[in-house]
Amino acid sequence: MAGAGLKDRAAVTGVGETAYTRETARSQLELTLAASLAAIADAGLDPKDIDGVIPYGAGGVVAEDFITNFGLPDLRYSALTPMGGASPVAALQSAAMAVATGVANHVLIALGRGSIAGGRITSRLAAMPQMRLVGEFEMVQGCNAPAQFYAPMARRHMALYGTTIDQFAEVAMACRDHARLNERAMMRKPMTREDHHASRLIADPFRLFDCSLESAGAAAVVVSAAERASDLQQRPVYIGGVAEGHPDSPSAITQRPDMTRFGLARAAPIAFRMAGVAHADIDVAQIYDCFTWVVICQLEDLGFCDKGEGGAFVEGGRIGLGGALPVNTHGGLLSEAHIAGMNHIVELVRQLRGQCGERQVADAEVGLVTGFGDLGDGAIAIMHR
Amino acid sequence: MSTNLDDHARLPPRPRPEPDALSSPYWDGLRAHKLMLQRCRACGRVRHYPRPLCDQCYAFEHDWIEARGAGRVHSWTVCHHAFHPAFKQELPYALVTVDLAEGVRLQAPLRGGDPTLLRPELPVLIDFEDVDEALTLPCVRVSA
Repeated sequence: MAGAGLKDRAAVTGVGETAYTRETARSQLELTLAASLAAIADAGLDPKDIDGVIPYGAGGVVAEDFITNFGLPDLRYSALTPMGGASPVAALQSAAMAVATGVANHVLIALGRGSIAGGRITSRLAAMPQMRLVGEFEMVQGCNAPAQFYAPMARRHMALYGTTIDQFAEVAMACRDHARLNERAMMRKPMTREDHHASRLIADPFRLFDCSLESAGAAAVVVSAAERASDLQQRPVYIGGVAEGHPDSPSAITQRPDMTRFGLARAAPIAFRMAGVAHADIDVAQIYDCFTWVVICQLEDLGFCDKGEGGAFVEGGRIGLGGALPVNTHGGLLSEAHIAGMNHIVELVRQLRGQCGERQVADAEVGLVTGFGDLGDGAIAIMHR
Repeated sequence: MSTNLDDHARLPPRPRPEPDALSSPYWDGLRAHKLMLQRCRACGRVRHYPRPLCDQCYAFEHDWIEARGAGRVHSWTVCHHAFHPAFKQELPYALVTVDLAEGVRLQAPLRGGDPTLLRPELPVLIDFEDVDEALTLPCVRVSA
């Protein structure tokens, strides 16, 4: 079976981050190094123990920066997983492969975002090779940013399945409620349904409160070979199942046969089979939330409900703390910070260690984290303590 | 698009396509007010956006056909925020994804129609809009 050999062969042994802010005077590299040092210290390792590095594919930080700044004596593995917001979770798969095969022992995955003043989302996107077709055929007529790329997917989902903006609001409010229990979160004011509906339209059906934050900051994790993980400082959090998935027509949503189905729909069954767990076993889920509707669609692609039922699934407090499936217990990209989902991995690990204080999901043993990026790329990791 | 010289001086330049050998027939076609689509010469499959290879039969050889310019709404968004300053003066504007009769999709702005009436399967026509001498873009009109 595809990838079954990775089950429990790797563990996350260290997590760390910087403060998350709207602006920063620190460079992307400085922030990335600071979060990396925190993750390495959390594992009880020395930077010179790191022998594998996976920097953020879309960033300006490269493996050489870690050799230079940490004085790494022998970096044996480096890779990039350029899948936008799916990059960090896809990197867990690459890191797990590296440590399971003995190529490396401790792989650092790090992601930082510097000042947004130097280049906001639109100008960054236009320069990315995977956006070449969108750049030539769509950006020229005013389709320039993810809100505009993804809005037609959400609009079609609403037209086909009756998904509502009230259901979008459920996702935004759940994330905000969780952020209020997280001192690291950027957005901690209460949000009501009325607040959500009153926020200005950005790209219909998305309003401002359906959109994630723009943030400066960094987060990092250390992935270690399972046999080394138990000797380290923290209780290991094992990677039970992990996979990446790519959608049809990955370079143009416009041309995708079914634009309400992400690459995650291909990856999720692989990860669940690999981990040998059922959906009912998942105690907590950190689901990539660049936009509220993207969470609803992923809940379907993950198999928690049928296609078209994601809107109803998020109603009635089901995804809140105390609900059947608490989602984004840190506040997510919508209310904690947009660290491209590296913050979702950090939160899942802390939940499974039982370190989340007021927002701790009681007895969380098994959880999952997803990534969603670029024009529908997906990744998933199912982890357990 | 009616803009006088003063406006031109003030407006930030809009992003423009940089056609290559593969896509030039599409852009040249628009300038002649024709919607041209790439077709595999081996198996006849129509594809969009332009690419080197047919993903069904792996033939590089292709030619171009003129689309009828008729289709149905697949989805849409109404933009209320300009992520590129060149489009600020056009707000709000609807971008419509159209299922063309030829089996591929086209995304283009809605002109002269009410965006609140958009729904899947609504019949539409493709029209053309001269941005300037060098650039023509497609646009969408609701069928009469």
